[in-house]
Order: sequence, then C-alpha cells, then structure tokens
Amino acid sequence: MILPAVVSLGGLGLIFGSMLAFASQKFAIEIDPKIEQVLEVLAGANCGACGCAGCAQFAEEVVAGRASITGCTPGGSKVAACIAEILGAEAPEAQERCVALLKCQGDCNTVKAKHLYHGIADCKAAIALNGGPSACSYGCVGLGNCVKVCPVDAITMGENGLPLIDVELCISCGNCVAECPRHVIEMVSTAAQPHVLCKSRDKGKYVRSVCERGCIACGLCVKKCPENAIYMENNVAVIDSSLCNNCGICVEVCPEHTIV
Amino acid sequence: MTSILTIVFGAIFINNFVLSRFLGICPFLGVSKKVETSLGMGMAVTFVMGMSSLVTWLLEHYVLAAYSLQYLRTIVYILVIAALVQFVELVIRKVSPALYQALGIFLPLITTNCAVLGVALLNVQLEYNLLESVVFGIAGALGFTLALVIMAGIRERLELVFIPKAMRGVPIALIVAGILSIAFMGFQGMM
Repeated sequence: MILPAVVSLGGLGLIFGSMLAFASQKFAIEIDPKIEQVLEVLAGANCGACGCAGCAQFAEEVVAGRASITGCTPGGSKVAACIAEILGAEAPEAQERCVALLKCQGDCNTVKAKHLYHGIADCKAAIALNGGPSACSYGCVGLGNCVKVCPVDAITMGENGLPLIDVELCISCGNCVAECPRHVIEMVSTAAQPHVLCKSRDKGKYVRSVCERGCIACGLCVKKCPENAIYMENNVAVIDSSLCNNCGICVEVCPEHTIV
Repeated sequence: MTSILTIVFGAIFINNFVLSRFLGICPFLGVSKKVETSLGMGMAVTFVMGMSSLVTWLLEHYVLAAYSLQYLRTIVYILVIAALVQFVELVIRKVSPALYQALGIFLPLITTNCAVLGVALLNVQLEYNLLESVVFGIAGALGFTLALVIMAGIRERLELVFIPKAMRGVPIALIVAGILSIAFMGFQGMM
C-alpha cells in the first residue's frame, strides 16, 4: 500500500528534478555579479534621472560601460564613488548637490487671472486653452504636473496655488524640470545665493500690471551689484552664480521683491 | 471530430475558464494591463496547460489507475505543473528577458493557477481520452488567453478616458471583468 505510493511519487520527483536540472544547464544565463552589487548601492527610487528605464537597467548599462558612473544623480558623489569602487575605476570628483527651485512667485494673490479654468487638472491641458488661465504667460500654471512626476513626493501643492518643493527630500532627478510646460522649475545649487524668481519675458509695464512679484527689468540690481554678477536677458535679470558673492544687495534693492 | 470541435468551442466560449468557470482570476487581473504581456502570459499558460494535460493523463492512466493510487492525484498533478512552470520560467528568462520582467511574480504563480490544476482535474472528471484531454487543455488555455487579451485591450483604452477618482485602478478593472463575464454568459446554452 505505502510502497507503490512512495516509489511512484519519489520516482516522479526524481524524473522531473533531473529534467529540470538538465534544462537549467541548457538554458543557463550568465549574470555579471557586478550588476547585482551596483544595484545594491544605487538610490533605488527608479526615478529615471539617468535616462534608463529603472535602477536595474542603469546597473546593467554601467557595468557594460554604456552609462556614466556619475549617472545616478539622486545618489550623488557617494553612489558614484561606490560604483567606481565596484568597477575598479577611478572615483569621480565630488559634485555639488542640486535641488529643484520654482522660479515663479505668481500665486493666486499676486498674479491676475485671465479666465477661470474648469478643465482637467493638467498644466499642459490648461495652457492649450487660450494660453493658460493666468494673465502671465510665463508663470506657473499651478495644476501640479510636477507633483505627479516627483518620484519621492518632495513636491506638494501649497495653499496659494504654487508647488512647494521640499529641498531635503529632493533627489535632483530632474523629472519636474522636464515635465513643467512653462519651464519655471530649474535645478540650482544648494549653495546660499539669491535667485531671480521670475521667468517673464514680457515688458516691465505689462508685468507690473498683471503680477505683483514679477521682474519688471528695471535694472536696479544690475547697477547696484558690486560684483557685476547680474545682467539683463529677455527682460529678466540673470545672476551669474560664478561671480555672485551672496552680499544680498540685489535682494534689498529689488522693488518688486522678485529676487529672493 | 464533432466531439473535438464541441470541446474546443465549449472551452473557449461557452465555459470560458476565466469568465464562466472563474478559474485563473489572479493573472487575469494582474497581467492584463498591456496586450503584449497578456499575450506572453497566455502563451506560457497555453504551453503549461497543454503539456500538463498530456502528462497528467498519461500519469493518471498508467501510474495512478494502474496501481490504484488515485488518492495521490492532487499532489502528483501539482508536481507535474510545478515542474512544467519551472521549465517555462527557465526558457522565458533565456529567450525573452523583457517578457520575464513584465510577467514578474505571475510567472511562478502559474504553478498555483487554478485554471491549470482545474483542467487536469476536469479531464479526469469528464473522462476524456488522451486526444480530448490535450485539446481541452489547449482550448481552455486559448480561452484564458482570449479573456486576458480582451481585458488588456479594454484596460489600455481605459487609460485614456476620464474615470471618476473613486473608480480608478482596481475598481474599474473589476467592473469591466464583471461586464465581460456577462457578455460571455450570452454563449450559454448555444450547444
């Protein structure tokens, strides 16, 4: 009674087992152990900042030498050094950490509305309708496309209708920069420095008529800057970060409080 | 010949494994986001179901029945299915790493797919001969693939339309599955 049961089950197990053993040799694939090691040290957010479909693919590309060692921006120089160690390459120089910055202060109180928008909550869709709901055609639309693409939830929608970026959480993947249809989000260094929070190319008179915080291209900051680090481009002040010494004079003189 | 045709149409449309018998629901909902992956899943399941029908029928008649070991049926069938799934997994990983990644956890889960064990047990219950068993297995799997591909096609289109917030994701998928099942119920009583 027991014997045939044990023999038949055991025999079947043995047959299938040996067939699988044969198949696993026949269909074996070689995996470079380095890929696994690189994957371990990566940030693991699958954010896509490196241009690959995910961390696993980036690890493969790096080991194959098709991607740069410094490709993982969220991991920064620490991860780059780890990858370099695994691959036996020279450690790259430490890079400055960058974070996303919203270069617009046109919230629902400071900027005038052109029309009321009741469509789907998507910045690109809102712009497609008559150039967007606000009177400024360069500022933030405030419908949160950047919030949706952030892989680490560092961006939230503020009460004033502008996205808030948590500098601590930002992994500098650049997804929001690429997504923003108005290009008002930029990657900036974390070093203490004033920034011009306006991207409007409109003439000063028009900017002042629609927004309380827009750059009116008055040129006061250009004149007052002791380092000559500020210049005008397309009706907006631009600060050359390599010359700026963070004296703060431009922040004080700006009549519209655009420089912060 | 007529009986074979009856089995084929019965397994694909009238008693569709997923939509009428409610077997193999988990990959039906899990791998039906893209037509391409659902086709891959369907092919893997077709192979496993066809092969397992063949092997289990042989085992049933030449081992289990011969030594009156029918009480071991479930465990022997699971052994066969597990070995076949393992084999399919090895092959897919070698031949198509992309499909392997897309199927993910649902590939080894074919082992416990009730459609696969279901077809093997139904073969015994319905007292099919070898040819009928294999045909039933393959036709059942084709029905499964059909359900998966239809579902994936609908879900691909659902991505593009406005769905109320509370219904997005799984709720709308389950409702679609229910409506599909109603549609397939229309085949009932055709033969």
